[in-house]
Amino acid sequence: MNKNYHPIIGMEIHVELKTASKMFCGCKNDPFGAPKPNIYTCPVCLGLPGALPVPNRKAVEWCIILGLALNCDIPLFSKFDRKNYFYPDLPKGYQISQYDQPFAVGGYLNITSGKEKKRIGITRVHLEEDTGKLMHATVDGKKVSLIDFNRSGVPLVEIVTEPDLRSSEEARIFLKKLHQIIRYLEISDADMEKGTMRLEPNISVSEVSKSRAGELPPYKVEVKNINSFSFAKKAIDYEVNRHIAILETGSLPEQETRGWDEKKGITFSQRSKEEAQDYRYFPEPDIPPIRWQKSQINSFKSQIPELPDRKLTRFIKEYVLSEYDAVILTDEKAVAAYFEKAAISKTVPAKTITNWIINKKADIKKLSPEELVKLIQSKSQVSSMPDKELEEIISKIISSNPKAVADYRAGKETAMMFLLGQVMRETRGRADANTTRKILETKLK
Amino acid sequence: MDKASTKLTTDEIKKLAKLANLKLTEAQIKKMAESVSSVLSYVSQLKSLNTTDTEETSQVTGQENVFRDDVVDAERMLSQAEALSNSKNNHNGYFMVKAIFEEV
Ligand SMILES: [Zn+2]
Repeated sequence: MNKNYHPIIGMEIHVELKTASKMFCGCKNDPFGAPKPNIYTCPVCLGLPGALPVPNRKAVEWCIILGLALNCDIPLFSKFDRKNYFYPDLPKGYQISQYDQPFAVGGYLNITSGKEKKRIGITRVHLEEDTGKLMHATVDGKKVSLIDFNRSGVPLVEIVTEPDLRSSEEARIFLKKLHQIIRYLEISDADMEKGTMRLEPNISVSEVSKSRAGELPPYKVEVKNINSFSFAKKAIDYEVNRHIAILETGSLPEQETRGWDEKKGITFSQRSKEEAQDYRYFPEPDIPPIRWQKSQINSFKSQIPELPDRKLTRFIKEYVLSEYDAVILTDEKAVAAYFEKAAISKTVPAKTITNWIINKKADIKKLSPEELVKLIQSKSQVSSMPDKELEEIISKIISSNPKAVADYRAGKETAMMFLLGQVMRETRGRADANTTRKILETKLK
Repeated sequence: MDKASTKLTTDEIKKLAKLANLKLTEAQIKKMAESVSSVLSYVSQLKSLNTTDTEETSQVTGQENVFRDDVVDAERMLSQAEALSNSKNNHNGYFMVKAIFEEV
């Protein structure tokens, strides 16, 4: 990249919450699993006249819990607003969203990019409703758009960052971490292929001297249609290079919305030049405002599980793991929990369990943690018991089975098998067979 | 809005009409400029009230924190046929409109 410029990147991320019902009505929230279009609708999410929206308590709480997990302040007073625009996937002609008093504001997320630690500001986290889904088709020779409202009114959280990201790699790391936290909170599948997590980077390029002086570029380009972290990175790189080329000619890139074409590896302009959108936000008169007690906010805080950063630090310390291993184990909460269940018995070293999980020596989807521990023990070349304890047990078996000992000394190989079996029984299978045999042979010489 | 600006221009009416997705003829625009302006003037009488000690609000019911539990209410859900019953055009269970520019 040209050294005189650097990228200024902010992110808008939309996440569908996996509540049972929709945001403002009791319709089923399962647009992806629906066998047919338009089967999970009602007067509220179809925007029929007179229908009244009532907010889903769980969705509101999850939005606040996410805000708290992103170190946001939770204002004690909040409300919903109407964002007015016309589009066929928006049946009411407005989207219920939040404008000037969102549920969470002013947070941050720490990321590590290479060796550098950075704090990325979170401007706000607010709650709104998703739109219906549009499909484009040709029916009777005519180009049409088909609309499915199963997704209309699904709870949607929007996370907006400050323009703090300075490279596509930082953006990728930030998004991965945000994704991980959302998955830890178990509030969304955050599955980008299904569209339950959607990414919109805002990109501009600044001369280094200007941005050091705290000056932001007088334009930004928003890129939509991105459904993977690596596409986001590629789209940002493409835009940054495009902007630099324009800036080098002395012009300014146009402020606009662009789409990402993965096949061609390019972005393309999506909206013709039109005046800035005027959404005429106003307070949603059908939904009374929300006021929290401090005690409620504290109770939301207490519902936040151990998050990835803290779990990582604890794993390194408590199980004496390398950072590399701990990062992999804590990537998904379920894997971390599996590891801890297996490690708790302490019959197999944590490091051994880690290796088995990381190197995929066993399918942890099919084995319970207890079964994994047994499997490791049975396959383990090294005795999983302290040698001293094992020797003591072997001595005990030898002294309590004089007949077998005599038989073995007389050359009966089966007597060895009998003694071995006795040791295994006494140790409940924890002893390694080869080690036990060697100790027995030494002692019986 | 102060008193001087309660008179709307035809350009302002055109912009409002566009935002409201309304198609107005030139004659209607002229008429609207008059009538919307008179509505605004009428409402602007409120400005004569002293509101120094009145707290701003967007909501007068006095209600707060009205929520529903996260439960599927199958009884209120419409069948596909019911959902589509008022549509001008539909196709294979979908609402159908003239092609629009693919955005999302
Ligand atoms: Zn509904």
